[in-house]
Amino acid sequence: MNITKGQVLLYGGILTAAIAAPLVFPNYTFQFTVLWVMILLALTWDVLGGQMGYNSLGNIFFFGAGMYVCTIVQIGLYYDVAAYTSAYGAVKVEFTAEQYFTGLTLGLIAAALASVVFAVVFGWVVFGLRGPYFAIGTLGVALSAGELAGAWEYIGGGGGIALPTYPGEPDERSLFFYILCSLLAVATFFTLKKVYSGRFGLAINAIRDDEEKAEGMGIHTKRYKTIGWSISAFFLGISGGLFGNMIGFIEPLEVAFPTVTFGIFMVVMCLLGGKGTLWGPVVGATLFHAFKEITWTYMLGWQWVALGTLIIVLVVFFQQGIVGWVQEKWPERFGISVDDRVVAVSKPEVRANPESHEAAQ
Amino acid sequence: MTELIEVHGVSKAFGGVIANNDISLVVPEGRITGLIGPNGSGKTTLFNSIVGYHPIDGGSITFEGQEISDMRVQQIARLGLLRTFQQTRIYSKMNCVENMLISVPHRHETYSTLFRKYGPDVTEKAEHLLEFVGLYQKRHLISGDLSFGQQKLLEFAMALMNAPRDLLLDEPTAGINPTLINGLIDRLRRATAEMGITLFVIEHNMPVIMGLADNIYCLANGRVLAHGLPDEIQNDERVINAYLGAH
Ligand SMILES: Nc1ncnc2c1ncn2[C@@H]1O[C@H](COP(=O)(O)OP(=O)(O)O)[C@@H](O)[C@H]1O
Ligand SMILES: [Mg+2]
Repeated sequence: MNITKGQVLLYGGILTAAIAAPLVFPNYTFQFTVLWVMILLALTWDVLGGQMGYNSLGNIFFFGAGMYVCTIVQIGLYYDVAAYTSAYGAVKVEFTAEQYFTGLTLGLIAAALASVVFAVVFGWVVFGLRGPYFAIGTLGVALSAGELAGAWEYIGGGGGIALPTYPGEPDERSLFFYILCSLLAVATFFTLKKVYSGRFGLAINAIRDDEEKAEGMGIHTKRYKTIGWSISAFFLGISGGLFGNMIGFIEPLEVAFPTVTFGIFMVVMCLLGGKGTLWGPVVGATLFHAFKEITWTYMLGWQWVALGTLIIVLVVFFQQGIVGWVQEKWPERFGISVDDRVVAVSKPEVRANPESHEAAQ
Repeated sequence: MTELIEVHGVSKAFGGVIANNDISLVVPEGRITGLIGPNGSGKTTLFNSIVGYHPIDGGSITFEGQEISDMRVQQIARLGLLRTFQQTRIYSKMNCVENMLISVPHRHETYSTLFRKYGPDVTEKAEHLLEFVGLYQKRHLISGDLSFGQQKLLEFAMALMNAPRDLLLDEPTAGINPTLINGLIDRLRRATAEMGITLFVIEHNMPVIMGLADNIYCLANGRVLAHGLPDEIQNDERVINAYLGAH
């Protein structure tokens, strides 16, 4: 693969900004960390929602599941979980630095693996559903997981769990989670970039465009769908584990399974940036996060109205999103053009968009 | 001469409509077999039954001697028995080359090949086949923007990319510009002669199927009405009446 000057500028610019952001604006490190998590949420939603045409409203489930699994492992390695959670953080439990980092590492690994297992198991059930039924089915999974966690005393119930405290200074702690979350989001991006560029990417696009045709051509549709969801779940699970630790306290409805906030944001971010494109979720998450911070700061009381308006405008007037719009506007720049070098046809037509749109069903 | 597909006493009803009624026929290997009949005589339904699109009510269907009537669409496709759709189905938001690449055979797919990139040989084959159907120049266009006829050609090329043993074509010339039909017929013949793909073709256009097929079955009201060489079919009283009566 040859790297162009544009790519060097783009990636170099992002890298510079990523390193500079927490150093230049240390008071905003937490916000920058949340931005990386948002990018990750959007990227992982788009695997199914954008690239495969399966609009899941329940992806937040993996985020919360990963968060709980990670937490339970971190605590369970050194204490009795039931005793720890029933104390509701009243008893201060000390974790040594070694215990903390060992627990976090193993917790994140467990979160990733458990999320993949959940994806395979739930995929087996929900992939029988299509269209709105899939959306509602997945939403049901996320909602009931929140309720279930709230009723389960062993993992803290509705009262939640206090996470082990970070063994270090607050500033160092913020930077620590900033670095981990940014690395994870970058790893997600390049993993998706890689898998989209090969057979997997084309297969899930084919499922999006016409699943019945894909079946008729012998594509292992079920396998691709399950793997797509597992990839999302893998990264979501880890991000949930990290996010819980960064917040320091987790509970089912607001932190672990925030279905109507993060769960919906990830969809809106993809719509805004352009779903079904690699960069769309990144662009959308960045703009959305900025929009959200500004409205939450300057339009308090009206922030949900502003958000609702944004969603309506996107859905009604701007379905292709920013990156999608750019691709429509300059198709040649994305290689969508007629090639008149080899004249294999008798009458070459040099028009990019001939007659029938309707023919495309 | 071996029979690639053998259909024995296949029936299929939708509610009260008996779309296929005790149909038996064979598709010999390396030939072009035609399937004609008035609208609604059950041709597309028979294709659907063969490729496992819906369960049949009774009878047996074998492919290379193996019973396939209880198999699913994907399994049958991976055996090398493929169909194109009367309403033409392609992946409309992907470009032509991508449509071709994802149409490679999936027979030997394993978990480790799922993430592979395509080798230059595969891309070359895709481009070669696009040239074969006359879409080479448009290969980077989004396929949904092509005209209906071009989409039909693309769907045919995708089927060839899959290198099936047997290809069922549902009205391949419908919607194609009449001036291009002769070229298409020539390509269908070459698919059989040069690529060794057995064809089973539903065709509405009588002159086309008479010139193309080695032997022809005619359906009417869900039953096999006649079977024979093109000449015999063309002069068969029952066939003529069925067509006249239906229009
Ligand atoms: N999915 C279906 N549901 C109900 N009836 C159907 C279905 N498919 C086909 N039919 C009926 O079966 C009969 C045969 O249709 P078809 O096989 O499409 O005919 P042909 O392809 O020969 O024109 C028609 O009466 C049609 O209405
Ligand atoms: Mg038909």
